[in-house]
Amino acid sequence: MNELFGHFNYYIVVILMMMGLYIVIASSNLVKKLIGLSVFQVSVFILYITFGKVTEGSPPILTDNTDVYSNPLPHVLILTAIVVGVATTSVGLALIVRIQEAYGSIDEDDINAMDDKDDDHLEKKV
Amino acid sequence: MMHLPVLIVVVPLLAGALIVLLNHRKGAWLITLLTSIFLVFSSVQLIQMLGQADVITYTLGGWNAPLGIELRIDGLSALMVLILAASALLVSIYALKSVEKEIPEKNHVPFYTALLFVLAGLIGISVTADAFNIFVFLEISSLSTYALISMGRDRRALYASYLYLIMGTIGATFILIGIGFMYVMTGTLNIEDLAQRLPAVADTNAIRAAFAFITIGVGIKAAMLPLHQWLPNAYAYSPSVVSIFLAATATKVAVYVLIRFVSSLYGIEFSLVQMPFDNLLMILGTIGVLAGSVYAIYQSNVKRMLAYSSVAQIGYILLAIGLASQPGFTAALLHMFNHALIKGTLFMALGVIFYRFASTELSAMSGLGKTMPLTMAAFTIGGLSLIGVPGTAGFVSKWYLVTALLDASLWPLALLILVASILTLIYVGRVIEVAYFRPVPEGRTRQKTPLTMIVALWIFALSNIYFGLDTDISLGLSSFAVNQLIGVAL
Repeated sequence: MNELFGHFNYYIVVILMMMGLYIVIASSNLVKKLIGLSVFQVSVFILYITFGKVTEGSPPILTDNTDVYSNPLPHVLILTAIVVGVATTSVGLALIVRIQEAYGSIDEDDINAMDDKDDDHLEKKV
Repeated sequence: MMHLPVLIVVVPLLAGALIVLLNHRKGAWLITLLTSIFLVFSSVQLIQMLGQADVITYTLGGWNAPLGIELRIDGLSALMVLILAASALLVSIYALKSVEKEIPEKNHVPFYTALLFVLAGLIGISVTADAFNIFVFLEISSLSTYALISMGRDRRALYASYLYLIMGTIGATFILIGIGFMYVMTGTLNIEDLAQRLPAVADTNAIRAAFAFITIGVGIKAAMLPLHQWLPNAYAYSPSVVSIFLAATATKVAVYVLIRFVSSLYGIEFSLVQMPFDNLLMILGTIGVLAGSVYAIYQSNVKRMLAYSSVAQIGYILLAIGLASQPGFTAALLHMFNHALIKGTLFMALGVIFYRFASTELSAMSGLGKTMPLTMAAFTIGGLSLIGVPGTAGFVSKWYLVTALLDASLWPLALLILVASILTLIYVGRVIEVAYFRPVPEGRTRQKTPLTMIVALWIFALSNIYFGLDTDISLGLSSFAVNQLIGVAL
């Protein structure tokens, strides 16, 4: 039982990771894809933060005599990764806005169909 | 001098920020040019310093490794910095006119900023000795790359950039997961330190999973065959300057990360002998070489054709790494260097053609041998080098690859390399045929191409011949790097 609940975070990480990846692959809406990607990234953040947590551990700040402490490094690493994740999402959303302006659609299938039409047009010209 | 290792990362980053603050179009170009001149001098200086010391290390903020982040330049890093700096210099000479033509004026400043950030990120990856730092620099360069690709004229550039963003982020996040697993098992992020502590825990599923995550993540970035879908459109529809720079450098840096993880971090013994990664690399590499070349033959857009050819060339490099031998690694590094020269030349020539006709379709190129003789001559040199004709840089690396294959008595693969060369001949030959033997369309006359573009193009083209005849620098640096990576006795 302890095993099951002790690993609770890791189950959540795996579930979130798979959900995120599935949305990226299965959804044809570009915004949904991007949000799926975000969920996928967040699952990795949770994974790192869970790594750093030690049961009964306290943060080793402003005190010299802590025996068991949680490792702060993964948290700091993930702070960086969160910034990267936010930047990625915003660049992606900006791209989607421009795609909407250029194609008039944010659906993968529509865009592929339009691109194929452009290609056919070119080949006829050749 | 002492701070040179960190300056080559910091200077392009600060220069990028400076450009935004100044917000001046011509000034942006000038700063980019000056930065890349600085980088070329620094890389030469670093290579000279390597002659005296085996590795150059630099501790950031005075915190010694493994606690602090360390920059560490060995032969391989120096080779990468040289490739990056030299490409950056030629690209920025070329960019003056090309960017004026292809990018709307209001975007010039952000364009050069993003270009410098890509450069800083790629150099950062090459010099850092910290696994997490590799991820951060990777994302710095990737995010700027997405912005650069989306500045292409065609609307497909936007979608290509979006797809690259999705694939690239999945790849980077996989690398992040892998680094996390390694950190949990060893408690360190310093590559040197990791290499020492990993053998003790190597026989665990966590480390094997970490290895798998990292190789797949890097494989996406390097466009290893089944993971290459983002590459052709991203190269084909991005602005010429971006295609040149990415084709010459970006995938090579991903391959550098692969080599770094495989050889310095995990060690050849674990990654290529215990794990079946050598076979995987050889199989994927060979399929990549053949499939990339066949795809290239069927493209009507020459830029897309060259993009598929890049997938094939990455296949050569992966195949060479998969041999897990000293000649194999030497061939891989040599081909990274030479391929940068080859693809730089070819994409630059296409950029000049795009400058004139706003098209890189094969049909637009008929009779170009007569109306643009200088450009097409450079393209032909690049093409010959891609095929591997003796006297060009491409021949040297293919020769070393075939020799390495024969050393390992893998003659069927050596034969396949020759078949792939014939495929290369077919797709390069198509372009040459259209350019030289088709009639010039009516009303098309010779026009002047900007001098800066021609100069940059010809420096690239002539270096193909130079490094085909005199291999002192390229081969010397490659074998020096390989000796450091895997030692003489292997």
